[in-house]
Amino acid sequence: MKLITVSGPPSSGKTSVLANVIRVLHGEGRQVGVVKFDCLATDDDERYAALDVPVRVGLSGNLCPDHYFVSNIDDCVRWGVGEGFDLLISESAGLCNRCSPHIRGVLAICVIDNLMGINTPKKVGPMLKMADIVVITKGDIVSQAEREVFAFKVRQANSKARILHVNGITGQGAYELTTLLNDAADVPTLEGGALRFTLPAALCSYCLGETRIGDDFQEGNIRKIKV
Amino acid sequence: MNDSSTTAPPWWQRPLTELLTAYPLLKMQLADFGIEPPPDGSVTLAAYMAQLPSDHFEHVGIGPEQLLHHIDRLLHPPVRHSPLKVECLTVIGGRNKTGEPENCELTLHPGSITSIVGPTGSGKSRLLADIEWMAQGDTPTGRRILINGAAPDPELRFALEHKLVAQLSQNMNFVMDLAAGDFIRMHAESRQIDSETIVDDIILQANRLAGESFSATTPVTALSGGQSRALMIADTAFLSASPVVLIDEVENAGIDRKKALQLLVRQEKIVLMATHDPILALMAEQRLIIRNGGIASILATSQEERDHLAELEAIDARVQQLRNQLRRGERVIPVQ
Repeated sequence: MKLITVSGPPSSGKTSVLANVIRVLHGEGRQVGVVKFDCLATDDDERYAALDVPVRVGLSGNLCPDHYFVSNIDDCVRWGVGEGFDLLISESAGLCNRCSPHIRGVLAICVIDNLMGINTPKKVGPMLKMADIVVITKGDIVSQAEREVFAFKVRQANSKARILHVNGITGQGAYELTTLLNDAADVPTLEGGALRFTLPAALCSYCLGETRIGDDFQEGNIRKIKV
Repeated sequence: MNDSSTTAPPWWQRPLTELLTAYPLLKMQLADFGIEPPPDGSVTLAAYMAQLPSDHFEHVGIGPEQLLHHIDRLLHPPVRHSPLKVECLTVIGGRNKTGEPENCELTLHPGSITSIVGPTGSGKSRLLADIEWMAQGDTPTGRRILINGAAPDPELRFALEHKLVAQLSQNMNFVMDLAAGDFIRMHAESRQIDSETIVDDIILQANRLAGESFSATTPVTALSGGQSRALMIADTAFLSASPVVLIDEVENAGIDRKKALQLLVRQEKIVLMATHDPILALMAEQRLIIRNGGIASILATSQEERDHLAELEAIDARVQQLRNQLRRGERVIPVQ
């Protein structure tokens, strides 16, 4: 089974892009499964179900979504292998921009949109900078100049990735993206695998449920602004 | 850090001052990763990065060696091919949605205008996507695209500086909050084009297209619909790297459409125009009739049609005159 990780800021168009990709894959007779990682709630499982895609949802709740992702992805791979999928897609939103959801040897896609502003690419961490493919969406509603400048900024943030424009509404570019998924490696298991970069660190008193404010209550991994 | 020196490219050991002069973009590239050049420029980038706090790279989310290689790729992009000069672009027909062959070969030259007609969903977007992807029989239509008579290097598909198609449509807006001059300058910088005269040139040309003029200090978000469209067209004509320009439905834009097309043609663009406006369609040398996902036929604009064009333009000029009467606050006088 091939595995790909798809991540990107909230509302960047991940699900819309993937819906178009899945239509192409289904047209080629391939079995696809999706794992959707989200925080509090998601309706995207219904969008996938409407496409006849088996889907599992993971809600991280009060845990760091990235840490939740990495402690569950291997189980998801086991599920996908058991179901006999040709391809398993993991979709997760990058929320703090320092998230690092990509795995060594697993095809990594980052979805980012033209409306986020040209300074966004440099502000997004490993999710964008270590992706193999960067998909830029919402190009149909901004000027050609902004599309070109935005793509340039993405290139400045990730000099290695293939950069594609996909229109999540019309599906333009989705076919082309799908052809690149053939490069994804077969992943029988993630046991013993490794992330491409460290996750955001945690473990301070607030991770453990502290709500009170003040020096007396701050313990563990704490860093201060120079004010 | 230490073991990376074995794989590091030679420029890493050059003094920073020298590097920053040799590579004007380096300052921005380092700043993007939270690295400000030190006051003492004689230090090498290697030495400077080595003395950054050990958790700096954890915070910015990239390892020092990864950063080094990233910057190296930006400073020395792989030379795969010389700049692509498109002398002609050929579309070799494939098949429509029901598998019937298109039986056509269409060659487009810089400075030509081709209109595309067909209802929504007929396959106009797919044709454009085939051109943009430089399809080689590997898309649902089976079409092939030749550049200068030959199949292009497949890697060109991903080379941003060689994107074949620029698009202009009614739905497009400026989303950046910048003055028009700064906006153009930023676009020029991203293309690494010297921006001194280009800003004035583009604003001048845009003002020739728009009914009401604007200046370099006007914020792009404050432009009227017509001014925005005029700026987008002038900017695309002068600054877009793409040799093909697709215009999607410009009819109600409030700009001089004829001049807009002439501007693109003068800049040697291959203009494709999806339109059902008779004046625009007849300005084209030919039109593609798209039906059921395929090119159903190609019609050259006939002399008889061109004769109608003069008549249509007279009607259009009359409507434009009425529009100007309204704009000037005058009475609308529909006399002949």
